[in-house]
Parts: sequence; structure tokens; C-alpha cells
Amino acid sequence: MATHEEYYVPAQSKWPIVGSIGLLVTVFGAGTMMNNMTSGADSSLGQYVFFAGLLILIYMMFGWFSNVVSESHQGLYSAQMDRSFRMGMGWFIFSEVMFFAAFFGALFYVRTLAGPWLAGEGAKADTAMLWPEFEFVWPLLQNPDPQAYPGPTETISPWQLPLINTLLLITSSVTVTFAHHALRAGKRAALKGWLLLTVVLAVVFLTLQIAEYIHAYNDLGLTLASGIYGATFFMLTGFHGAHVLMGTIILTVMLIRVHKGHFTPDNHFGFEAASWYWHFVDVVWVGLFIFVYIF
Amino acid sequence: MSAVIDNHHADHAHGPAKGPMRWVLTTNHKDIGSMYLWFSFAMFLLGGTMAMVIRAELFQPGLQLVAPEFFNQMTTMHGLIMVFGAVMPAFVGLANWMIPMMIGAPDMALPRMNNFSFWLLPAAFGLLVSTLFMDGGGPNFGWTFYAPLSTTYAPPSVTFFIFAIHLAGISSIMGAINIVATIINLRAPGMTLMKMPLFVWTWLITAFLLIAVMPVLAGVVTMMLMDIHFGTSFFSAAGGGDPVMFQHIFWFFGHPEVYIMILPAFGAVSMIIPAFARKPLFGYTSMVYATAAIAFLSFVVWAHHMFTVGIPLTGELFFMYATLLIAVPTGVKVFNWVSTMFRGSLTFEAPMLFAIAFVILFTIGGFSGLMLAIAPADFQYHDTYFVVAHFHYVLVPGAIFGIFASAYYWLPKWTGFMYDEVLAKTHFWMSFVGMNLAFFPMHFIGLAGMPRRIPDYNMMFANFNMVSSVGAFMFGATQLLFLFIVIKCIRGGPKASAKPWDGAEGLEWTVPSPAPYHTFSTPPDVK
Repeated sequence: MATHEEYYVPAQSKWPIVGSIGLLVTVFGAGTMMNNMTSGADSSLGQYVFFAGLLILIYMMFGWFSNVVSESHQGLYSAQMDRSFRMGMGWFIFSEVMFFAAFFGALFYVRTLAGPWLAGEGAKADTAMLWPEFEFVWPLLQNPDPQAYPGPTETISPWQLPLINTLLLITSSVTVTFAHHALRAGKRAALKGWLLLTVVLAVVFLTLQIAEYIHAYNDLGLTLASGIYGATFFMLTGFHGAHVLMGTIILTVMLIRVHKGHFTPDNHFGFEAASWYWHFVDVVWVGLFIFVYIF
Repeated sequence: MSAVIDNHHADHAHGPAKGPMRWVLTTNHKDIGSMYLWFSFAMFLLGGTMAMVIRAELFQPGLQLVAPEFFNQMTTMHGLIMVFGAVMPAFVGLANWMIPMMIGAPDMALPRMNNFSFWLLPAAFGLLVSTLFMDGGGPNFGWTFYAPLSTTYAPPSVTFFIFAIHLAGISSIMGAINIVATIINLRAPGMTLMKMPLFVWTWLITAFLLIAVMPVLAGVVTMMLMDIHFGTSFFSAAGGGDPVMFQHIFWFFGHPEVYIMILPAFGAVSMIIPAFARKPLFGYTSMVYATAAIAFLSFVVWAHHMFTVGIPLTGELFFMYATLLIAVPTGVKVFNWVSTMFRGSLTFEAPMLFAIAFVILFTIGGFSGLMLAIAPADFQYHDTYFVVAHFHYVLVPGAIFGIFASAYYWLPKWTGFMYDEVLAKTHFWMSFVGMNLAFFPMHFIGLAGMPRRIPDYNMMFANFNMVSSVGAFMFGATQLLFLFIVIKCIRGGPKASAKPWDGAEGLEWTVPSPAPYHTFSTPPDVK
């Protein structure tokens, strides 16, 4: 196997240690910030440290990815290397699936088991003694202890913004696939067009999602602190939104690289990885739309 | 950046870079493997020191050395450091050193990410250990950090504990992805899956477990973080959540996690026993399938940690039977190891001694696991020292002896010198006696009802606790001898040949000792 002999083992690199320091500074800043917020301490030190950490991380990602791009352009990567990248990305997405599985699992557990038990179902008599008035329905508008956790007055209807958002994301999955086909066919103009459209759809999605959050907080009393419905709602849609934001940034970088003339019809794994990631966030959204919004 | 790229043409031609930055910037799997192993050993000593504090306090009934609050921090940090800082990185270090050599690969599949995985660990554990010096002290809620102890009643440093877990988790996931990509993609031509050494097989399955469950751990600590700082009610029944839900999500991670800590040891022992029995491994194929079966079952047994928490009877029954089922593939492995030794030409060098002790003592830990798996019996054993005895029997003579066996087995390959056999055997016997003295009496005091995680106890447990403490001090002190043996071996000793063990098999023994900085830059042919 000839490809074996060309497997590229890079020489030393400073990016891993820069990334480690960056992550440490970021989480130390974030932790300080949160502890100050919760204890009510008047200090903005945490914010500065946090943003310093983010800057280091951005520097690291820019440098590391530039390195990889330029090595690829120098033709250092064999077909075998390409397979390593594909496996790396594929398994990374699998790990992301499992991350979301934890939150979906929490949602299903509360809805099918913990909630009914809290309202006295089954043989656990003592649970019903805590809050005898409590009745479990979903969406949960009346929490067991409404003083500590005032519930939302209403929840988001799936058939307005969420439906539009579903259509937007599914369309964007199609457009990024069109862009990929255009890239493989060497049609650069079509590639730029479809990719730009994908980014635009992503930005519209994010904007609508922000509008929905503002509506939930201001008009519906649906917040992170409004009991388990708000907690699962915002953690699932929020982490999804964060992933869409990340995907949008990745696609934007791909758009810039396309304009700089990167990628060839048969060598464009960076683009493909971005599109895999994009399909992944779309699939998660479909799960959210069904299990968080509709049912 | 450009300098980095310009270097690449020569990078197979020369050895390691000069100066300390070699270790910081390296992409070499052997350098990174060594760093993992040293880091793991440092954490082993740190976590061990905490164990010594625990055993010193428990030497006699009554409170003598430390305050109960600090005792709680010691039990918590001892568990966290040993699990995430000592055992897991040791196996990743062994994987880094050995897997590329065993499959004939030039390095790991993604060498820079490999270095990233390592350097996140000092960051994670620096942050974790620093919590001990923060206001309110470090984590004091047990290594399983059950809510609401770890949320409502936790010290403020819990925030940094959560982020430390995130960093360690990112490190593990990246390390595991690297190992999967290396094993699937970088095998030498002819090295089919069913020809892979068992250490490679068990690590492939372990890496899959890691990628599947570390994100779940990240999810559960994130829920904690949100409950603490942002008013969510995942683990608060007042808001419709459920503290028991924490335990479900945690143990969905936690049970595969305990197999993450033992499967690589299974693999290493499955290579060491044939080498010193001078016989091929009995039942290679069944070993592979048994490992896969154990990994699969690990996903459906998590609630056996929660029998007393109040789960429905159907749940108790399902998780009880599923757990008992694990004894079948594990039994297959134990019988295979014994059958490998049967009528072999056995010699008892240090790796073999540790491997045999592994088989016997891990089996004892497995049997006490079966006792704990029986739900009605567990109502009695739960949260007693019997549980502590059980998991220390699977982790110390299981995971840790597996690591020692691997270290002695491969030290000649790493250093080019033979270790001191007399000292190594002393290390083995002192560890063996110390560890059994420390943990065997815990079965009895556990069955008699002594609860775990307390600094004081009833007078009736005094004698056994004193024996335990003496054994623990003996085991702990002996590990300094291990440090001495390793340093001595690095500095010199009898020269090791390419294959210092008669019966050893595998590609790693076809390269000289010490292994050159770059091995298999072109792949070997495997028949």
C-alpha cells in the first residue's frame, strides 16, 4: 500500500499547548464570573479573564487550521491522512450526539417517570406527601413549589416560529448539499451562491431563535428558572442554537475559503466536514421540533 | 508557523528535539505516551497521599487527625484523582506507546491532537487540585458528586470542579477519537482486525465507550452548573426535576467508565500471560467477543448502583439480571487466562506475577460484584465498606496491577535496559500483601455494617480498621520503590535485547530496544 509510506507526521507544534492554556484561562474566567454572579460579588475580573481565554482560543484555532490548510495545499496529505480526518470528524459528531442524548434523556425521564411519580403515581406514597396539590401535566405550567419556581404562563406554539425555523434548517441542509454537488462538478459560481444562501438561512434561523427567546422571557414567563419545562426547553434549544452558531461560523469560513479559491472537486474535506456538521445540527433540530415543541 | 511547516521534510531523519520544549511541542507518540505515564504516576502518588490521610484518620476510632469536612474532601479528591488522573491516563499512555508499534503504524493518526489531549490534563488537574485551597474548600460530596450535595449544598469551588471535569472529558474524547482512527486506519497491510493484539482490541472497544459516555458526563455536570448558577431545576423536585435523575445520568456514564478502567488491563494481561506461559492465548476470538459483550452490557446495567434509591421493582429486576449476565463474558475471559497457563512452561517474572495476581484478585472483586448485583442483598451492602472493598479489589489488583504488569513487560522496550528483577519482585510481594491487608478486612466490616465515607466509627470495627490502615501504609510506601525501580531502569542496567521475553509475540518486539524515536515509518508486512 503506497499511501502508507506517505503518512504525514507533523513536526513539533505549539498549537496544542496554546489551546490547553487558552481553555484553562477560559474556564477559569467563566467559573470566576459565575461564582461572582451567584454570590453577588462586585468584580469584573472574571469577565476579563474569560475574554482573554477566548482570544487565546481564537488565536489557536486560526493558527492551527491555517497550518492544516497550508499543509494540505503543499500536498502533504495522503488518501490515508484524509481517512483519519474523516474518522476524526465522524466520531466527534457521534460524541456530540451523545451530549445531546444526555439532555434528551433528562427530558424523557422527567416526562415519563419522575413527573408522574412526583404527583403520586405508583407505589411511592411519600412523594405525593411533599406537594399533595401537585398535578403533573406536560407542558408543566404549575411547578410543585410555585414560590421557588414560578412556572410559565404559556409555552411556545410549534406552528409559528418553530415551524418556520424547521423549514429554514431543512432547506439549508438541501442548499449545502447543492453547494457540495456544485463543488464536485467544478461549478464555482453555483458553489458560492448555494453556500452563501446556506449561511443566510442559518443567520435568519438564529435571528428568529433570538426573537423567540425574547418573546418567551418577556411575554410568557418562560425562563431557565421557570421549572423543569423551561430548564429542558432552554438547555436543549440553547445548546442547539450554540451549535448552529458554531456551524454558521464554520460555513462562513468555508465561504471565505471558497472565495479565496480553496478546494478542488476531489480534495475538499474541510468543506465536507462543515456540511456533515451542518446536517448533524439539522437532525438535532428535527428531534427538538418533534419532542420539545410538538409533543 | 512557517518554521513548523518547513521542518517537516526532515522529521523522520532526526531524533527528538533538544531542550525542555521537546516535551511541550512534541507530536511523537512515544514522547506523549511517556508524559501520560509520568503524569499518571504523579497523580497516583497524589491520590495515594490522600488515601494515606484517610487511612491515618481511620487508624483508630474517634476523630484524631483531620476535621470531618477535610476528610470528606480527601475521600472525594482521592476518588476523582485516581479515576480520572491516575488510571485513565496510564492506559492512554500505554495506548500511545504501544498501539502504533503493535499495529505497525508510524505514529498516532492525529499527532498534534494527541499532544492537545495530553496537555489538557495538567490544566484539568491543576484546576481540580486548586479547589482545595479555595474558600469553603474543595469538592466534599464524594467522587460520584450526587445532587443536591453537589449543587445546593456544595462549596463555591464546585464551579471549578465542573470545569475541571469538562477539560478532562475533552482530553479523553480527543484521545479516544485518536485511538479509534489509529486502529481503524493505520494498521500495517496484512494486520486484519482478527490478527490485532488483544491490547489493541480492548483499547478499540474502550475508546468507543469513552466517546459514547464522556459527553454524557459533560451533560450532567453542565446541568449541575445550570442548577447552581442559572436557576434551572434539573435536580430540584420543587421545580419538577428529580435528584434521582442525576444518579441515572451519572451512572449511565459511570458504569461504562468502570469498564473503561478495566478493559485495557484485560488486553494487557491477555498478552502478558501467553508470553510467560510460552503458549498462544487460549480462545483469542472468544476474548474479542467477550470484551465486546462486556462493553455492550455496560450500557444497560447502570441502575445497579441505585438499588436503594427507590426505583420500581421491574427496574430492580431488570438491572439485577442484566448485571449478573456480565459474569458470563467475564467468566469466559478468566477461564481463557487460566487455560492459557494450563500446561504452559510458566516462569514468574514481575509482569507475570502481577498478571496472575490480577486474574485471582480481580476474580475476587468480580465475585463481590455479583453479591452486590443481587438487589435484595444490596439493600444490606449498599454504602458500606463492602462496596469499598469490592471496587478496590477490581481497581487496585485489577486496573493498577494491570498497569504495573504492563510497565514491567514493556519497560525494556521503552528504556533499552532490563529492570531490577529482585526489586520488582519485592515491589510485587509488598504490593500484594499490603493491598490484601488493606482491602480484605473491609469486606468483613462492611458486612457488619460500617458505612463508607465517614471519619469515625464504632469501636467494634477498630481492629479490622487498624489492619486495613497498616496494609494501606505498606502498599503506599511500596509505590515509592516502584518509582525507584523505574528511574533505575531508565538510567541503566543489563542491556535489553529486541525481544527480552522468550514467549512474547507482536510487532513491538521486532524493533530494537529501546525503540527508536520513529518506528515503522514504512509499514512492516504482517503475515
